[in-house]
Amino acid sequence: MNMKQYFLMATAALLLTMTTSAQKYFTKTGRITFDATTSSSPEKIEGVNKTATCVLDTKSGAMQFAVLMKGFLFERALMEEHFNENYVESNKFPKAEFKGSISNNDAVNYSKDGTYTVTVKGKLTMHGVTKDVETTGKLTVTGGKIQAVASFNAMLSDYSVSIPGLVADKVAKTAKIDVVCSLEPLK
Amino acid sequence: MNKLVQGLLGLTLLFGSTNLLAQEEDMLKLLGEEKPKKERIKYAFKSPRVINGHSMEFLNPGTMDFRILHRFGQLDKGYKNFFGLDQASMRMGFDFGILQNLMVGIGRSTYRKEVDAFLKYAPIRQSTGPWHSPVTLAFVSGITMDGLDWADPTRKNFFTSRLGFYFEAIIGRKFSEAFTLQIVPTMVHQNLVPLETDPNNIYALGVGGRLKLSQRVAFTWDYSHVLIGMPDSGYYHPLSVGFDIETGGHVFQLHFSNATGMNERAFITETTGRWGKAEVRFGFNLSRVFQIKKPKHKE
Repeated sequence: MNMKQYFLMATAALLLTMTTSAQKYFTKTGRITFDATTSSSPEKIEGVNKTATCVLDTKSGAMQFAVLMKGFLFERALMEEHFNENYVESNKFPKAEFKGSISNNDAVNYSKDGTYTVTVKGKLTMHGVTKDVETTGKLTVTGGKIQAVASFNAMLSDYSVSIPGLVADKVAKTAKIDVVCSLEPLK
Repeated sequence: MNKLVQGLLGLTLLFGSTNLLAQEEDMLKLLGEEKPKKERIKYAFKSPRVINGHSMEFLNPGTMDFRILHRFGQLDKGYKNFFGLDQASMRMGFDFGILQNLMVGIGRSTYRKEVDAFLKYAPIRQSTGPWHSPVTLAFVSGITMDGLDWADPTRKNFFTSRLGFYFEAIIGRKFSEAFTLQIVPTMVHQNLVPLETDPNNIYALGVGGRLKLSQRVAFTWDYSHVLIGMPDSGYYHPLSVGFDIETGGHVFQLHFSNATGMNERAFITETTGRWGKAEVRFGFNLSRVFQIKKPKHKE
């Protein structure tokens, strides 16, 4: 082989690595909603975070999320303060992370447009506590992009988030967490 | 030469593929490290007031703080007056958060039937990240107007004689989650003072702080040392110590203080109690913050 052929091979190898890395999809603007409203809450207890990061490896089905707790915004400033200061202690535990995978990844054809129901299993770390979570979600593939939607419940006491007795009936013991991510190919 | 290139290429490919494998562990690293952003340090105090004096903290924009301040009578009055609880002096106030670093407020005290208003602005906030500041610098400018009958109605009295002014610089730092300290150089000007020998201008240095004892309880203190202009007798440096208790929607501030007045002019220039003689009052501040305008969250 001469030099020319080597460079051709090198280019081919580079292209190959690029196509392999295109098996990963990501976003930095995932939307995560945290809802702890109960029927006896005087107002909506809901925080929205629009800066969640997510990476999905379509080959293995591995999935990972990270979210800054301070990025949860509430309609009431005082609620946001209590969320950060008293409940999730975002200075001590700035991030929540999820590491897991799609159990039925083979059932999803990422090269074909369509909506697929998936089961996601993994470990959620929040407030310094790691717990197993499992939920079903939907992946919608359209034109090389993936929309991921899921919803699950997290028992606050599981993550040692304590609710003082005085407001115990006004804050839900189980928070509903909604995830909506529009994933793009990672180059 | 060819061998060398071949070897290098082989190595590159090898490391390239192991890299890919290693990335399975933490895929988020693929997105690159987030650049550190400038971030404001929040919640240095539970409320924009330490006890009597202003704190380095601000109300959030679009919120209103309804504050009811109570000071009972002096402890040394004994059981007959139930250790002061028979008497009460109060101030009712409304504070408004306009911008992250701008707030205004108005209040009225029963003591001297005085109305006071202030404007508080912070050009520098304590922050982390690039171009951060280790301290918050805030300025407060206030005006007071007493509503008493003229002491001497026979002489010619001017409206301006009712007015007093105060100017403060607050330099504060939240050292840790638990500990915050601020120093507050203050100047108080009164247009009319009782005696010819009393100075119109009084200069003081305030020291306030907070020590968090638990998630919802903090120990606070608020002291002003009058440096220049303290009348010769009968007046003392105001010191208040107490606890901030947060119950969810309210913040209760329970404390003991030798000051009766609840605005800067009153507590800096007219504190007549002595801690050493138990001329101290029990008091509480009740603060309830209302969201009056929905925040605009960036899309």
